[in-house]
Amino acid sequence: MMRARRTRHQSLHHWSATLRRMLSPRTWVTRHAQVALESLGRLYRNPLATLMTAAVIGIALAMPASLYLLLNNLDRLSGSWDGQASLSVFLKDTVPGAVAGKLVDRVRGWPEVAEVTLVTPEQALEEFRQRSGFADVLDTLDENPLPTVLLVSPAQDHADPQSAAAMQNRLQALPETELAQLDLQWVQRLSAMLALAQRGVLLIGALLALAVLLVVGNTIRLEIQNRREEIVVTKLIGATDGFIRRPFLYSGTWYGIIGALLAWLLVETGFWLLSEPVRQLVELYQGSFQLQTLPFVLLLVLLAGGILLGLLGSWLAVWRHLGAIEPS
Amino acid sequence: MIRFDNVSKRYPGGFEALKNISLELESGAMAFITGHSGAGKSTLLKLIALIERTTRGQIHVNGQNVTNVNRRRIPFIRRKIGFIFQDHNLLFDRTVFDNVALPLIIAGYRHQEIGRRVRAALDKLGLLSKERMYPITLSGGEQQRVGIARAVVNKPLLLLADEPTGNLDPALSFEIMELFERFNQVGVTVLIASHDVGLLDRLGYPVITLDHGHLAGSGQQSS
Repeated sequence: MMRARRTRHQSLHHWSATLRRMLSPRTWVTRHAQVALESLGRLYRNPLATLMTAAVIGIALAMPASLYLLLNNLDRLSGSWDGQASLSVFLKDTVPGAVAGKLVDRVRGWPEVAEVTLVTPEQALEEFRQRSGFADVLDTLDENPLPTVLLVSPAQDHADPQSAAAMQNRLQALPETELAQLDLQWVQRLSAMLALAQRGVLLIGALLALAVLLVVGNTIRLEIQNRREEIVVTKLIGATDGFIRRPFLYSGTWYGIIGALLAWLLVETGFWLLSEPVRQLVELYQGSFQLQTLPFVLLLVLLAGGILLGLLGSWLAVWRHLGAIEPS
Repeated sequence: MIRFDNVSKRYPGGFEALKNISLELESGAMAFITGHSGAGKSTLLKLIALIERTTRGQIHVNGQNVTNVNRRRIPFIRRKIGFIFQDHNLLFDRTVFDNVALPLIIAGYRHQEIGRRVRAALDKLGLLSKERMYPITLSGGEQQRVGIARAVVNKPLLLLADEPTGNLDPALSFEIMELFERFNQVGVTVLIASHDVGLLDRLGYPVITLDHGHLAGSGQQSS
């Protein structure tokens, strides 16, 4: 009886001491920091294997990231185009030049209009003569068949298809207008194509994320197998599942971080290689377009994605394989 | 400290390693389990350390019924037991110090406390000069002492040893047994499985004899 009470007291004392030790925040943080560094050190000691795994993750992350950037740039490019030449207003033959001039001033005052350019029949004919190569044929005409045209660019916040269509109606309703034409179709087609491509990038991204998950999971599975003996011994001397799990989860996280940094490096290098040809191409079109490089936010997104996938992949491996290792 | 009530263990496949065993080991006692190989010595120790679970019967360790204890509580029960294995179960990719420190790291001790306790344990076992060495460079007897240091570093109330001298010559075996006696003298309960009958005779502690899973006798060994 006496003995039982004493041992119970001892065990109670032991438990409260253990509990205090485990709940001490400093111990908890240092322990996690230690395990994290240990896992990193383990990866560092096998640089080739680590780099190979991280490179697979890096490439898998770099692909959707660069596709996203490419689309982003295309989007900006199409945006800068549809602001320029979206509405052509052909005036009636009967409208005299002075009235057309006044009309330009009036339309320019509309809030949804950014710029109006007047193209007189003479200017249009001259331009046509120079560009088409039909100069001789044109000379045989006895009168100018071309109408006066207003080129109307919508303002930035009225460039979307609905506003542009509303503006087309308003312009069509003017008494001087013969025809107000909206070059909407190609803008719509391009934007539909971009939407499709964006969906495609999402799909590819999801598939590649799955690939990263499997790569990390498989790598961690191998590591678990390599350290099987160590796992058995630590279980025998009282390691909890959490203690055994922790280094593997940190390994997975490190793979994710290194992979994300590699992906960032790949995307940056790729865009740096593309920037010169793009500049030359844009110069040929007299444009002022500039290739947008990786924004800082995307680096954070890559890192977050890498960490998440690394952690999740190692969780899968640990969940699947660690439970099966028991001392016997 | 340890109480078995009608304990049986049947392994998957039908082999019955222990049949209806009842025994009690007082707190602070030291005893041996002996018997032919396959008699159930290891199984008995594994049941105490919850490496195997009982098929029938009840086991109490340190006043606690551990028979049906939840899987998640097992690590905390094992921390109060020092287990010594015949093949040492040391980790060969880390130093003697790190091997001995492992139970303390698992239990979440502070860095300074770990250093202090590990050195105290190594000192007790005469291994202080080898703390930076790797187990592979040590002799069999030294490796076993590292295993013992790891088992006692956490100051457990109970020491279990499965054939701790199985690979050692008689002189070294006796030395190891003396170490166990010293821990027993400071109040640690010690239970050792051994088939080395000659050694047990010389030491004169209570002996639990197993025969094909049955309790064949318990008491002072007599030749």
